[in-house]
Amino acid sequence: MTDLNKAMVETYRNDFLKEVEANVEEGNWVKMCMQCGVCSGSCPFGPDWEHPPQEIFAMIRAGKRDEVLKSESMWMCTSCYNCIVRCPRELPITHIMHGLANYAHRLGIAPKMNPTRRFAKIFWDNIAKSGRVNELELSIRLYFMNGFMKGIKTGLEMLPVGLGMLKTKRLNPFGLFAHGGIKRKGELHKMLKKAYEIEDKRKGFAK
Amino acid sequence: MADIKIGAYICKGCGIGERLDTAQLTLIAQKEGKAQVVREHEFLCNQSGVELIKNDIANEGVNHVVIAACSRRSKAETFNFENVAISRANLREGVIWITPADEDKKEIVQEMAADYIRMGCAESAKMQIPRTNPNLGNNKRLLVVGGGITGLTAAIEASKTGYDVLLVEKSASLGGWAAKLHKRVPDREPYAEPMDTGIADLIKKIESDKHIKVNLNSTITKTSGAPGQFSVDISTESGSTATENVGGIIMASGFTPYDMNKLPYLGAGKSKDVVDQLGLEELAHAANGGPIKRPSDGKEVKSVVFVQCAGQRSDKEGELPYCSGHCCNTSVKQAMYFRNQNPDIDTNVIYTDLRTPGNGEDFYRSAQNKGVIFTKGKVNEVTTGSAGLEVKFKDLILNEDVVAKADLVVLATGQVANSGIDMEAQLLAEAAAAADDKAAKDAGEAAIERVEKPKGVSILNLTYRQGPDLPHLKHGFNDSHFICFPYETRRTGIYSAGPVRRPMDMAQAIEDATGAALKAIQAVENASLGRAAHPRSGDLSFPEFRREGCTQCKRCTVECPFGAIDEDEARYPVFNESRCRRCGTCMGACPVRVISFENYSVDTVGSQIKNIDFPDQFSEKPRILVLACENDAYPALDMAAMNRFQYSAFTRVVPVRCLGSINTIWVTDALNSGYDGVILMGCQKGDNYQCHFVRGSALAHERMSKIDDTLKQLSLEAERVKTYEVAITDIERAPALINEMAETIQKIGLSPLKF
Repeated sequence: MTDLNKAMVETYRNDFLKEVEANVEEGNWVKMCMQCGVCSGSCPFGPDWEHPPQEIFAMIRAGKRDEVLKSESMWMCTSCYNCIVRCPRELPITHIMHGLANYAHRLGIAPKMNPTRRFAKIFWDNIAKSGRVNELELSIRLYFMNGFMKGIKTGLEMLPVGLGMLKTKRLNPFGLFAHGGIKRKGELHKMLKKAYEIEDKRKGFAK
Repeated sequence: MADIKIGAYICKGCGIGERLDTAQLTLIAQKEGKAQVVREHEFLCNQSGVELIKNDIANEGVNHVVIAACSRRSKAETFNFENVAISRANLREGVIWITPADEDKKEIVQEMAADYIRMGCAESAKMQIPRTNPNLGNNKRLLVVGGGITGLTAAIEASKTGYDVLLVEKSASLGGWAAKLHKRVPDREPYAEPMDTGIADLIKKIESDKHIKVNLNSTITKTSGAPGQFSVDISTESGSTATENVGGIIMASGFTPYDMNKLPYLGAGKSKDVVDQLGLEELAHAANGGPIKRPSDGKEVKSVVFVQCAGQRSDKEGELPYCSGHCCNTSVKQAMYFRNQNPDIDTNVIYTDLRTPGNGEDFYRSAQNKGVIFTKGKVNEVTTGSAGLEVKFKDLILNEDVVAKADLVVLATGQVANSGIDMEAQLLAEAAAAADDKAAKDAGEAAIERVEKPKGVSILNLTYRQGPDLPHLKHGFNDSHFICFPYETRRTGIYSAGPVRRPMDMAQAIEDATGAALKAIQAVENASLGRAAHPRSGDLSFPEFRREGCTQCKRCTVECPFGAIDEDEARYPVFNESRCRRCGTCMGACPVRVISFENYSVDTVGSQIKNIDFPDQFSEKPRILVLACENDAYPALDMAAMNRFQYSAFTRVVPVRCLGSINTIWVTDALNSGYDGVILMGCQKGDNYQCHFVRGSALAHERMSKIDDTLKQLSLEAERVKTYEVAITDIERAPALINEMAETIQKIGLSPLKF
């Protein structure tokens, strides 16, 4: 047997599917895919995915744990919901894609530099801090995500938009320092902490 | 036979009176049609119209009725008079509905109507009132061949309907393959779990039914006779033979599983842990709800791979080219055997296309819900590895060659029909072997393959001239009018049901058995009244031949699609009237034209063709003869008329029972007497035939392919004769074909044979 085959030997077993069912949001739907390919054909980003949803499902069932979880593919989903609308088996494909991405991220094996992952993290940290998005801070963090010079450049490019918003009072220049957020932020932080605890326990992330 | 007294009745309803000069038609019927009684009526199909005809039959001695009104396909029940020969002149659908009402067309439309009157009267004069078939049999008992689920269902259904049944089973017990199943694919809501086969109950019912006589360990060594009067020799294993009489036969001889040992590359025969689906049923049966153990060492199976389409849907030598239809559902069911017992067992179904017909889709979903894994892939090889079996396959979604390990591999092999001997293929093969030219040899090769494949023993051992079993269509399955009339075979009174006629699952076999039982009942009832079976159900006419004119050429006995004609010692044809379907293919075949029916003969049609008025060659009025099959082409033309699609008013349409009944003399005569073009319209031929009489259309096409010589002798252009396959739905195409011919004639000119 060749080395390649050795690596494949334990595939086409149920182990990874069971893991997905237990730990991924809506993961229990993966087994219901009938491989028609309508999701892949309906996705506006279809040609750009390395593994379109149909393939992701086939890979899960084939037990390709690393390939799936380290993939950039499910991070491509823009939540347009075309696939969900069209899936003849009514799989919540969008949710599964996000579920897989989240699971990979929590495991720490999601691609580190994936822009969607990074944006999502910035967004989450932003909103979790005060309970409301600080738009100015979010934009600035986003501009400077790829380095200082890039940030300056993007900032200058967006200057006319910013000024326009300022003029129509859609942007508060002091918001960066005086962002109010919700009342009783401490309670929100407590709630989130508890939610993490529960999830970690259920999914086995707890240390 | 009493003198013929023709009564012609011309209807003026439905606009016929406004469009046509009926007074002139009356004159034609009297003078040219020689009708003794001619009457016009405002509305012939109403009560007074029908009374008028009835009165003439009763009091004026009218015994031949010509109804010049609508198509023969409408008001058939209204214009149905006992002991009277009826012909119909189609003035409505055939004339006024397909021609324009323009004033300048009035003349040619009137000529068309006049010709139909002439034709109707001419046909009537040559017709006779059919006597009933004198050789009828009254036996209504049914023979069911095969004691599997199909045979048992057919027997119980026939018995429930009040008919005695004789059931013959080759093996020592009833139930067939169904009895060997652990459970069956569900046939009812919610289609989620394998269910009990119910076969034990069915067998109990059969055994306690006093209308059903069961013969086990028996085969049929001879079948002779005809519907209503079959004589069957039933021989037991021990060698004793009993002769039984039955009226109809249901052939439910089922299938043999494809021999998986022909698939060594899938591990069959090499490892005990590679089984076919029936092998797995045995294992499941033995486990009886407990863990299924693998055959090699009795270890509990922890992982199983199902290989779909094993040795089928394949173009490899010796494998089955077709899909057996049930195997996907069966594998779904078998995967559930494992998952239901222990949800930790890995079950992987490797398929190229998963086909779960009907409610199988719900069943498939249920299996997915249970965690059965379905992988789209093509299995190349199954080998024995260190720890078990290795299934090497190409994953068709991920596009890579991979290996799955398993304790047990189940091969979904196909069904091979137990359909007996394929006589037609044998004859073709023999002819090919004797042929000199390459083309004939090549054509024969396919036939040779057909002969070698089933290598069957005869099931029915018919004493028919055309061979001992039902003819085959493709891949060794019985020819059973696949498209239009599923249970009809090419042997009258013998109906095939179940996987002998096409691959199928239990649910379909049960439905098939019920249908075939009903058809067999219809056949014995018709036979007891001397009437034809489907599709001319109820027809009392039957073929006769003039012995002194017969040249013993055997064409009728060879070409009869239903093997109804045998040969006597002097090699004259022997017509078995009860086996005859009344298509007239023998009549079309006969080169000396000695075969006829009382109400349908070379004369009845020939005289219609000849008895029209031919305008001289300077009038520029061509005449086109359309010989249209009454099953599809004629209704298509009728429907075209209902939609007011027009075709040339120079057309004269003659309905025929089947294109097969067309004797080439009609075409020759038509051209000789001055027709400018002839069109034959029949049903689709070939493997996907829709011909009601199976071979009629094909034979007609073959005969007409040789018409060129005749045309050359007459110095006529080949374009003047066309043969088409027309479907009943071709309501736009059929008129278009006629108009095409009219254009062709305009191009090449009128026939030079007008006088």
